[in-house]
Amino acid sequence: MPRIVPAFFMCFLLALIGVQAVAHAQSSSQPSSQSSSSLLPSFQAVVQEHFAQIKRGSVKTAQPVIEAIQASQSPVANDFLQKWQAKALWYRKADNRLVSVKSDDKKRYHLFDLETGQKIGEADKKEIKQIKPNSGLRALLGAALAPSHLASDRRSVRRASLDVLARDPKAAHLQPLRLALGKESDAALKARMMRLERLLTMQYGADDGQRVAAIKSFSGDLGLDVRARLNPILTTRLIVSQGDVPSGNFAQELKPGESERLPKEKAYAMLVAKGWALADLSEREKKQVLEANIIDGRIADIALKDLASQEARERAYLALVKAGKALPDPSEADIAAALQKARFYALYEESSTEVVKAARETLSSIDLRVKISQAIDLFLDGLSLASIFFLAAIGLAITFGVMGVINMAHGEFIMLGAYTGYVVQQIITNYTLSILVAIPAAFLVTFIAGIAMERLIIRHLYHRPLETLLATFGVSIALQQVAKNSFGTQARPLTAPDWLDGALVINDVISISWIRVAIFALSLLFFAMLWFTLNKTRLGLETRAVTQNPRMAASMGINPDRINMLTFGLGSGIAGIAGVAIGLFAKVTSELGSDYIVQSFMTVVVGGVGNIWGTLAGATMIGFLQKSIEWFNPSNTLAAQTFMIIFIIIFIQFRPRGIIALKGRAAGD
Amino acid sequence: MSGALLEVDGVSVSFDGFKAINALSFNIYKGELRAIIGPNGAGKTTFMDIITGKTRPDEGDVRWGEDNISLLNKSESDIACLGIGRKFQKPTVFEDQSVKDNLTMALKNKRSPLAVLFYQRNDEDQQKVAELAADIGLLEQLARRAGDLSHGQKQWLEIGMLLAQDPQLLLVDEPAAGMTVDERNHTVALLKKAAKSRAVVVVEHDMDFIRNLECKVIVLHEGSVLAEGSLDHVTKDQTVVDVYLGR
Amino acid sequence: MKGPLTLFLLKHPSALIFLSILALFTLLVSLGSEALGSGFISTSFIKTLGKTLCFCLIAIAMDLVWGYCGILSLGHFAFFGLGGYMIGMWLMYERTRLIVVEAAQQAPLPLSAQEIQDAIGTQIFGVVGGADFPLIWGFSHLLSVQLLLILLVPGLLALIFGWLAFRSRVTGVYLSILTQAMTLALSLYLFQNDSGLRGNNGLSGLQNLPGHEQTPQALISLWFFWASAFALGLGYLLLKLIVESKMGNVIRAIRDDEARVRFLGYHVETYKLFIFTLTAILAAIAGALYYPQAGIINPAEMAPIASIYLAVWVAIGGRGRLYGAVIGAAFVSLLSSWFTGGQAPDIALGSYSIKWVDWWQVLLGVSFVAVTLYAPKGIGGLFDHFDKGAEK
Repeated sequence: MPRIVPAFFMCFLLALIGVQAVAHAQSSSQPSSQSSSSLLPSFQAVVQEHFAQIKRGSVKTAQPVIEAIQASQSPVANDFLQKWQAKALWYRKADNRLVSVKSDDKKRYHLFDLETGQKIGEADKKEIKQIKPNSGLRALLGAALAPSHLASDRRSVRRASLDVLARDPKAAHLQPLRLALGKESDAALKARMMRLERLLTMQYGADDGQRVAAIKSFSGDLGLDVRARLNPILTTRLIVSQGDVPSGNFAQELKPGESERLPKEKAYAMLVAKGWALADLSEREKKQVLEANIIDGRIADIALKDLASQEARERAYLALVKAGKALPDPSEADIAAALQKARFYALYEESSTEVVKAARETLSSIDLRVKISQAIDLFLDGLSLASIFFLAAIGLAITFGVMGVINMAHGEFIMLGAYTGYVVQQIITNYTLSILVAIPAAFLVTFIAGIAMERLIIRHLYHRPLETLLATFGVSIALQQVAKNSFGTQARPLTAPDWLDGALVINDVISISWIRVAIFALSLLFFAMLWFTLNKTRLGLETRAVTQNPRMAASMGINPDRINMLTFGLGSGIAGIAGVAIGLFAKVTSELGSDYIVQSFMTVVVGGVGNIWGTLAGATMIGFLQKSIEWFNPSNTLAAQTFMIIFIIIFIQFRPRGIIALKGRAAGD
Repeated sequence: MSGALLEVDGVSVSFDGFKAINALSFNIYKGELRAIIGPNGAGKTTFMDIITGKTRPDEGDVRWGEDNISLLNKSESDIACLGIGRKFQKPTVFEDQSVKDNLTMALKNKRSPLAVLFYQRNDEDQQKVAELAADIGLLEQLARRAGDLSHGQKQWLEIGMLLAQDPQLLLVDEPAAGMTVDERNHTVALLKKAAKSRAVVVVEHDMDFIRNLECKVIVLHEGSVLAEGSLDHVTKDQTVVDVYLGR
Repeated sequence: MKGPLTLFLLKHPSALIFLSILALFTLLVSLGSEALGSGFISTSFIKTLGKTLCFCLIAIAMDLVWGYCGILSLGHFAFFGLGGYMIGMWLMYERTRLIVVEAAQQAPLPLSAQEIQDAIGTQIFGVVGGADFPLIWGFSHLLSVQLLLILLVPGLLALIFGWLAFRSRVTGVYLSILTQAMTLALSLYLFQNDSGLRGNNGLSGLQNLPGHEQTPQALISLWFFWASAFALGLGYLLLKLIVESKMGNVIRAIRDDEARVRFLGYHVETYKLFIFTLTAILAAIAGALYYPQAGIINPAEMAPIASIYLAVWVAIGGRGRLYGAVIGAAFVSLLSSWFTGGQAPDIALGSYSIKWVDWWQVLLGVSFVAVTLYAPKGIGGLFDHFDKGAEK
C-alpha cells in the first residue's frame, strides 16, 4: 500500500501545524517547533517575498500568499495574519519592511519586528504606511485563521470560527478541530464540533476504518451538509479503453447509448479525444467546407441549385473528399464499429471500496428518510394550500352555499379586506397591533359593503340566480377599477409582524412558514366559529329556515329580509378577513380577488353546496390534489392548475352534487 | 299477471332514511281509468316520479308494455317517447310561447334535433292541433301566449299537450286544483274521453272529483297500497277512515 | 316564384331589415375607406369596425346559447380565441416561411427542406427557448387543414365539454362556473411556454397576409371587413332560421322549463349539446376573422373575464333577440374603445378630474348592474315591436 505512506506524512505535517498553532496561543515555545522553524527561512523573509501582494491586498491573489505564510510554520504566522486582518500591519516606506507599530503621545511611531517583537526603530507618520485590506480580503483572512480560533478562550470567537469552518470544511481543519474538541467545555459547541469532525473524517480520515465508521455514523441523517459531503465520495469519472481492463475502483461498465451518462455522441467524442477515431463532422462543419469550395457556382461539378437536399450534399462532400479537398467523415457504420471495439468504464474517484460501499449504504438510508420527510413536507404544503382555499371560499360557502346567492364580487371583497389591512398599516405602524386592528376593520368594511350590495342589488334578484351572477359581476368590475384608481396598479405590501416571519423548521427537508401555520390556525378557527354560528345559534337556525322556505319562516315571525341581509353581510365580512390573511403572503393588487374567485367557487361546488363541511372537504381535496400534481412536475404550477380544473370537471361527472351531497327533496333542483 | 300495461313490482325508495315508497306493487291495464288518493306524504308524487324516470327506486322493478321493458334505466325523455305522459301538479306550460306552439311541440313527431330543425309545418299537423284545441276548449286561443291564459285554461292546455303526445298511459297529478265547478266538470269529461283509448291514472284530493270519474280507486298510505276498489268501497274501509281522520 | 328563403325573410321583416342595414353599412364604409373611396374613414378605424362585426357575430352566438337556450356560458371567448389561434398558426407559419426563403436567397448554398423547417422553427419558437415544431403545428403549412381546424378544434372541445357537463345535468349557475373553469384551464394552459403556442407571447404579425406583401394594409383590412360583414350576415340568417324553426320553440322551452321538455319526450341534453357546439363553432369563426385584424393573439385574450364581457354585451343589448345582441356588442365595444382610447373628454370636478380611461370600467360595471335590475330586456327591448313577424 504505497499510498498510505504519503498520507501518513501529510498527517504528520498537519499535526505539526496544529501543534504550532496551539503552542503559539499558549505562547510557550517547545524544542521541536524551534528546531523545525530553524530549518526554514526566517519569517520576515517569507512575508517580504510577498510584500507586493500584501500591499495591493487583492482578494484574487491573496490566497496563495496566505497559504505560503501558513506553510512557513512560523509561530508568529497566525499572529501576522491576525494583524493583517485587523489593519495593524504597517510598512516602512524607506525599505518596504513590514512592521507592527505603536504610537506614543508625541506623535512618534515605534516600530517592532514581526517575528521577535523587538523594537527596531522609530519613525514619523509620513515615513510609514498602514496596510488596509478590504472586507473581502478580511473575510479570507478570517477563514484562514478560523482553525486557530477554535482554541480561543472566548466562546463567541470559537463559535464564529466554527461557523466559518462549517461553511467550507477542508482537510487542513481536521487536526485543529480534534485538538479543540478535547478542550471544549460548552456542550452545544462540542456537539457541533463533533459533528463537523465526523464530516471531515468521512472525507479526510486517516484510514479507511475511521472513514467508514464516520460515514456509517451519519446513517439516516437528514442534514444537507451530510449529503453535500457524501456525494463527492461517490462521484465517478468515465474512462475508455481498447483492450485491457484498467485498474481502479470500478462503479460499472457502460455501453454507449444505453445509459444517460454515456450517449453515443459522448462515447465517440472520448474515442476521438484519445486519437482512436476520426472526428465526426457536424452538418454545419461539412456545410462550411462545401461553401468554401464553390467554384463558378458549382461544387465538385454539381450545380448549386441541385444541392437543396441532404443526400445531394453528401454526394458533393464525398466528391470533395475524393478530390482531397476535405477531411473524410466517418459514416454511421464507422462510428458503430469504433464504439464496438472500445470499452467504457465508470471509475470512482475514491480508491477504497469499503468507503464507497459505506457511503452508498448511508446515502440510501438517508434517501429513504428524505423521501419520507418529503412526503410529510408535501402533506404540510397541501394542508397549507387547502387552508388558503378554505379561507378564500368560506365566505362563499355562506352566501353561495347556504343562501344560494352567487356573488361574483366575492373576490373583490377579499381584495377590499386586503386593502383595508394595507390602509390600517399606513396609520398604525406597529405591525402586530395593526394586524389586530386590521382584522375587525376588514370585517367591518366588507360587512357593510356586503349589506349595501344585498340591499341595493341582490334583494331584487332572489330566484334569478343567473341575473344575480351578472349584476354582481358588474359590481366586481366596478370595484376592481375603483381600487385600481385609488391605489394604483403596483402591488401594495401588507407586512406580517416579526413573530410571523421565518418558518417552523422541523429538519432540513420539512419546514413551513409561520404565516402558513397562522392561516391554517385561522381557517380552523373560522370553521369552528361558522359551524357554531350556523348550527347552534338563533341566527343560524333562522338563516336555514329562511333559505329553505322564506314564506314559512316569515309566518313564524322571522324577518327574512333582515336574516338575508345579516347572513350576506357575515359571508362578505369573512371574505374581508380572508383578504387580510391572503394579503400577508400574496401581493395586494386590484386583481387579488379575481385570482381566487374561480378556485373558490370550485371549492364550494366540489365540496357540496349547502354545508360548510362540504367546503372543508372541497378545499382539502383541491389543495392536496394541486400539490400532488405539482409534485410530479414541480417547475410548472400553471400545468398543475390546468390539470386540477380538468380533474374537477371530470369529478363533477361522478358527483354532480359534490363530495358531501344533500339527498332527496332538500337538494332541490 | 300478463297483459298489464304497467307493472310496478315491490318498489321502495327512501330519502335520508325516510321511506317515501315502501314495497309498492300494482298493475295498470290498457284503457283503464284509475284514481290514486292518499293523505299528504303518502308517496303519490314520488310514485309518479319513479314511473317517469325522475327518481330511481332503491329496489323493485317497473315494467312497461307488451315487450315488458324495464323503465328503471331509461331517461325521462325515453320514457315519454315510450308512451307515458305526465301532467304536473302545478300547471307547467311554456308561458312565453303561443298555445299553438305549445301543442305543436307536444305532437307525436320525431324528437331528434335534426328532424326538429328541418320540421315543416304541414296541414295534417295543423289539423291535429286544431282538433286538440277544440277538445280542450282553446280553439279561439290558439295564437295567444300561453302565459296569458287563465289557471284552468293552462291546466287544459297541459292536458291537451299530453293528449298530443298520444301516450298509452296518462299520469295526471291533481288536475282539478284551483278550478271552478264548471271547469272541473269539463276536466272530468276530458279525462273520461281520454280514458276511452288509453289508460289514465289520476292523483287527486278532491273526493267529488273522484266520484265523478266513476273509476277504481287506490288508496296510498306511507308508501304502500292501503286499499283498492270503488270509491264507495274504500271510503267504508275502517283503516282508510282512520288514516284520513288521523287515527 | 319566391324561394323559401325569400318567403322566410318576408315573414320575418326584422331579419330583412337587419341584413339591409348591414349591407348598406358595408357599402358606406367601403365608399369611405382609404383603399377604395374618399378615405375619410381611416384604415385603423376600418379595422376597429371589422373587429366589432366579429364581436357581433360571437354575440349572436352567445345570444342563441344563453338568450334562447338558457345556458349562460362563460366560455365562448375561449372558443373565439381557439379559432384565432388556428388561423394564426397558418398566418405565422406561412409568413415566417416566406421570410426564411427570402433570406435564403443570400445564402451560398440553397437550403434543404429540413433547414428551412428548422429556420422557421427557430424564428417562431426562439422566443420561448425552443426550435422544434410541436405536434400541434403538424398541419400549419396547409391553409385548408387549418381552416378546417378552426371548426374542428373548438367544435370538438365544446362537444366533449358539453357532453360531460350536460350528461351530469349540471345546470344554471353551476354550469356557468364550470364553463368559466374550462376557460381558465385553457388560458392557464396556453400561458405555459411549453404549450406549443408560444406561451404568453402568443402569435403575432397576423395582420400580414402571406403572399400579399405588396398589397397595402388599407386594402387587406377592407377585405377582412367584408369577410366579417359577410360572416355576420350569414350567421345572423342561420341563427334566425334556427330560432324561428320548431327547434327554436324547443330550445326556448328548455330555457323556461327543462324538466317539462324532458317529459314531452325531447332529449334535452342532445339539444343543448347541439346548440352549445354550434355556437362554439360560430364563435371560433368570429375569432378566426377577428385576430388577423387585431394582428396579435395571446392567452390573456382568453381569460375568463373576456367571456363575462360577452355576457355583458348580450345582456345590455337584450337577450333573446338576435339584433339585441348585435346592438349590445357594437354599442358597448365601440363605446369602450372610445372611452379607453382617450378620445372622451375628461370631466373636471374641482380638484379632481374624472379621466375616462380610468373610470370607464366603473361606469360599465354600474350601468351593467342598472341594466340587470331595471331593464332586463336591454336596449333591444325597445325595438320589440319591429319583430312582430316572429309571432305568426
